[in-house]
Amino acid sequence: MTVMEQRGAYRPSPPPAWQPRMDPAPLLPDAEPYRVLGTEAAAKADPDLLRRLYAQLVRGRRYNTQATALTKQGRLAVYPSSTGQEACEVAAALALQERDWLFPSYRDTLAVVARGVDPVEALTLLRGDWHTGYDPYAHRVAPLSTPLATQLPHAVGLAHAARLKGDDVVALAMVGDGGTSEGDFHEALNFAAVWQAPVVFLVQNNGFAISVPLAKQTAAPSLAHKAVGYGMPGRLVDGNDAAAVHEVLGDAVRHARAGGGPTLVEAVTYRIEAHTNADDATRYRGDAEVEAWRAHDPVQLLERELTTRGLLDEAGIESARQDAEAMAADLRERMNRDPELDPMDLFDHVYAETTAQLREQRALLRAELEAEQNDQEGDLR
Amino acid sequence: MTTVAVKPATMAQALTRAMRDAMAADPAVHVMGEDVGTLGGVFRVTDGLAKEFGEDRCTDTPLAEAGILGTAVGMAMYGLRPVVEMQFDAFAYPAFEQLISHVSRMRNRTRGRMPLPITVRVPYGGGIGGVEHHSDSSEAYYMATPGLHVVTPATVADAYGLLRQAIASDDPVVFLEPKRLYWAKDTWNPEHPTEVEPIGRAVVRRPGSSATLITYGPSLPVCLEAAEAARAEGWDLEVVDLRSLVPFDDETVCAAVRRTGRAVVVHESTGFGGPGGEIAARITERCFHHLEAPVLRVAGFDIPYPPPMLERHHLPGVDRILDAVARLQWEAEG
Ligand SMILES: Cc1ncc(C[n+]2csc(CCOP(=O)(O)OP(=O)(O)O)c2C)c(N)n1
Repeated sequence: MTVMEQRGAYRPSPPPAWQPRMDPAPLLPDAEPYRVLGTEAAAKADPDLLRRLYAQLVRGRRYNTQATALTKQGRLAVYPSSTGQEACEVAAALALQERDWLFPSYRDTLAVVARGVDPVEALTLLRGDWHTGYDPYAHRVAPLSTPLATQLPHAVGLAHAARLKGDDVVALAMVGDGGTSEGDFHEALNFAAVWQAPVVFLVQNNGFAISVPLAKQTAAPSLAHKAVGYGMPGRLVDGNDAAAVHEVLGDAVRHARAGGGPTLVEAVTYRIEAHTNADDATRYRGDAEVEAWRAHDPVQLLERELTTRGLLDEAGIESARQDAEAMAADLRERMNRDPELDPMDLFDHVYAETTAQLREQRALLRAELEAEQNDQEGDLR
Repeated sequence: MTTVAVKPATMAQALTRAMRDAMAADPAVHVMGEDVGTLGGVFRVTDGLAKEFGEDRCTDTPLAEAGILGTAVGMAMYGLRPVVEMQFDAFAYPAFEQLISHVSRMRNRTRGRMPLPITVRVPYGGGIGGVEHHSDSSEAYYMATPGLHVVTPATVADAYGLLRQAIASDDPVVFLEPKRLYWAKDTWNPEHPTEVEPIGRAVVRRPGSSATLITYGPSLPVCLEAAEAARAEGWDLEVVDLRSLVPFDDETVCAAVRRTGRAVVVHESTGFGGPGGEIAARITERCFHHLEAPVLRVAGFDIPYPPPMLERHHLPGVDRILDAVARLQWEAEG
């Protein structure tokens, strides 16, 4: 007799009835990215909003070309252009109320500027004179985050804290398609869903993480699908359709504000330029793909909609262009001034109260700089 | 060791060649990381490997450092020799959990039954004008973790030789690549490329009699320049390149310090809690009676790595080294 036979026949007891915690169907994203421009939904869109989006898009595009030009002149150390992705950037900023918070990634300078941050201050990280040029509290914009996805848990924490305090504040956090592979992305989504935190996650799926295409990043049907496993809705939207992104983000923000919890929005878009001015995109993608996306340009999509419907004429286009030109001229002019830098700043703000050790190092640097100065003056004499 | 220098090459090229030769010699060697395949890495150090060995041997991974190192652990458990690239120093931090909790101690926890032959390549250090999170010197964190070898080449020959040794090592090696030396050209003998001292040995790069500069990686060229400049002041400086922080070569370092009686440790990572403190303590413990002056440190300031426009004030340069050398003399005089 085997041990099993000695013990008698094994009769499993029936498992308790299993119930899914919720019906996953409403959480699932649409099969196709949601679109407004060029569809019947466009007729319902508010013309004023469309015109505001347009003005910001034109500005955003100009900002991108100007910043890229500044890298060529050596005025900017590096610039990750968001050309082709302006609709996501602008809609992210315009979907929020003033009291809400934005948690941008390093490519999201445009969203930061559209939120009201000074264009030069938004570029300090990339110019290299300081890490974060703006006061995060002034416009409720967290510092641009260079390590990927690490700002997402911060957004969850801030939104949670606001709710604990009784404030109806929403946090919108931006991340790239590559960033969705990081552990921090998963942890942030899970916390947000468990806490029902008022957060909106915006994934700008621009096709690549530097050289790695989406197919090597995820095997999921879409990035929006990732939401369902955490228990939050996932929405898929055409990221080049400013009206659609604005509507979807607006819905998600309202849902969060009303206590409905987080949403994951995937905006399908494309990075027209290389990863940064230092990258060589010809190594990993062909021109034909880029050209196909150029034909689906966010600025032109909206411009066509507005002009076809008689909401924008040549004069309107020209005035948006001039406004963007003025912004670019101002940016250029201010970026062409040498930044004022004081090396002594290195020792400030490391701690609330500086340490004896840092005071010593500060004195050392001061002495070095004075010696340098004396040498130079000696040379001149 | 004499190596006939026959060919100029950059450190990046030597590193690529080391991986290529290791992959050709041993099918267990796999390279993986972000952008290492099609792009050849953001510094092009893995250029051509995917083409030559296929995407299974040189793999573009999803963007997740903990995942990269964590899966490398499993691959190593099953007999492969992963060579993992962390794109930049500060982007290795998500992988610290795997590195510290598993990679470094798997041999020890399993009483030697499960060694992990993983090489973790980390471009590190400043001086290239990188924005925030692209210039950290994280060697002290690695040094503080028992079970890891911590290696950092400063010459083209060492880049090749040490990387081959690291990949061949049955222990995990954190291989720190000084990114500002990637493009530094040097002569190198590709016929006998592995003819360098083994991991764990320091090398005297410049003999001298007045004082010893002890350094590694990105600071080696700065120290050599300082030694040249010091000649004008009548100082004959010796320069020791550590090459390997763990294991540490007490013998070579102490022999050098005993000869000169004076030592300055130079590195760009922070001084407080930095590698220099450990090195100075070891020298003091072993050579106290030979010392004519306290062991000094010239290091980066104890601040988060500054933005690029200010980094020159932070990084130890020739003048700061010479000032320290002058202080050694003053200490000696009284
Ligand atoms: C934790 C971390 N790992 C690696 C990097 C290096 N890096 C910078 S951008 C980038 C690709 C990001 O791709 P994605 O998230 O799709 O954003 P996109 O650049 O497309 O906007 C990588 C790997 C980083 N910044 N942070």
